Amino acid sequence: MSRLSFAAGALLALCCGGTIAQTAAEGIERYRQMIAEGNPAELFEAKGEDIWKQKRGPKRASLEQCDLGLGPGVVAGAYAQLPRYFKDADRVMDLETRLVHCMVTLQGISDADAKRNPYSTPERPSDMESLVSFVTAESKGVKMNVALSHQKEREMYQIGEKMFYYRGGPHDFSCATCHGEDAKRIRLQDLPNLTNTKDAQRAYTTWPAYRVSQGTVRTFQWRLFDCFRQQRFPALEFTSDASIALTTFLAKNANGGTLAAPALKR
Amino acid sequence: MNMKFLVTPAVLLLAACATSLSEDEAQKQAVSMMKSSFKAQGQASLARLDQDEVQATCSKYPPGATITKDVADKIEKAQFAAIKYPAKLMGDWKAGERVAQIGTGFQFSDGPTAPVGANCYACHRMSKGEISYGTIGPSLYQFGKLRGTSQPIQQYTYGKIYNSNAYTACSNMPRFGHSKILTEAQMADLTALLLDPASPVNQ
Repeated sequence: MSRLSFAAGALLALCCGGTIAQTAAEGIERYRQMIAEGNPAELFEAKGEDIWKQKRGPKRASLEQCDLGLGPGVVAGAYAQLPRYFKDADRVMDLETRLVHCMVTLQGISDADAKRNPYSTPERPSDMESLVSFVTAESKGVKMNVALSHQKEREMYQIGEKMFYYRGGPHDFSCATCHGEDAKRIRLQDLPNLTNTKDAQRAYTTWPAYRVSQGTVRTFQWRLFDCFRQQRFPALEFTSDASIALTTFLAKNANGGTLAAPALKR
Repeated sequence: MNMKFLVTPAVLLLAACATSLSEDEAQKQAVSMMKSSFKAQGQASLARLDQDEVQATCSKYPPGATITKDVADKIEKAQFAAIKYPAKLMGDWKAGERVAQIGTGFQFSDGPTAPVGANCYACHRMSKGEISYGTIGPSLYQFGKLRGTSQPIQQYTYGKIYNSNAYTACSNMPRFGHSKILTEAQMADLTALLLDPASPVNQ
């Protein structure tokens, strides 16, 4: 079947089904499968690998000696164990925070420059999105395994859990408002219950993702940033402690899930 | 006796590993960490991180949790007492339908003149015709047909939109009037959308 007729069939299913909502969900699932065959995220992965190996910054060094937690230069499987505590920085770090750290320490790039462009616009691509695509793709098929073996990791998990339930802003929303119960939707968009292991695994292991509607790979930092925007909160700062605490909570809840990122989303 | 002596330190060690912070300490650190991790942008100031009493209490009762009766009563009584009703509770259902469809407003990405909507369809089924509806809240289809348009029903409907917590403590629904999200006219139009026999909600 050609893609066009497949799409037309999915559209037909969307419009004319008996139990409309269920048929729509099936149609969306078929659409996802259809476009997953060629994920544009692969272009970002290739670009990210180039950037990883390029000599850059005042120190003219590559990121190839960056320690993502499994030792300098070990990329395969590293994402599955993040966030984690790093002794050299005395801080719990997620992937993006660790990449910034490596740019600063290995390449001599300033902290401000390393954080300048985390989320691309159509006119301004982001190296961070490419680097994250490369690193996460190297953990495809690996099971999430956030150990919480260090006290600071356990503390960040606990703090992240409190943030998840923190209601505020003009609309009284918390993360849990949308992601605290099973089988809920906003409009036709299914919402994962991030306190339920199966949903948490499925959600976390498919970020970062190439967003068809945005034409780029979005990172997990972006996912949180944009959730808080819709939550009517102020702007979550890139690689802030709160972002790492919340990521620690969500990543740990996804333990045992098999990474399939960068995935493809609407 | 010897067994007990051996087991106790192991249990203590396990407990120490499982958690590091007390509940209060974790909450305190979460609040201070959030204050240093967000920045004001557009119309969203850092003051939005400050909780009122309802938000602080309800953060302890996530969706699905059972709220003790005294806690719920206290919230509902205080929130109910603060509802302000306009002279005319029911407006124009057509205008209400437009407000129900709009999802923008109060995000830092929304311009100050962007329309502020109620976004009802994000969470509720409302009418037969709109199939793109969410399920966080209950279905409101035929809300008025089942209840009629008596004065007490109008008061209840307007009041629930104005402040959901006046009727259900720690509801997921925003307090549209209490928190000054919608205008009186918008809330009266939504009341009409729910109650007017001619509204698509009641077909």
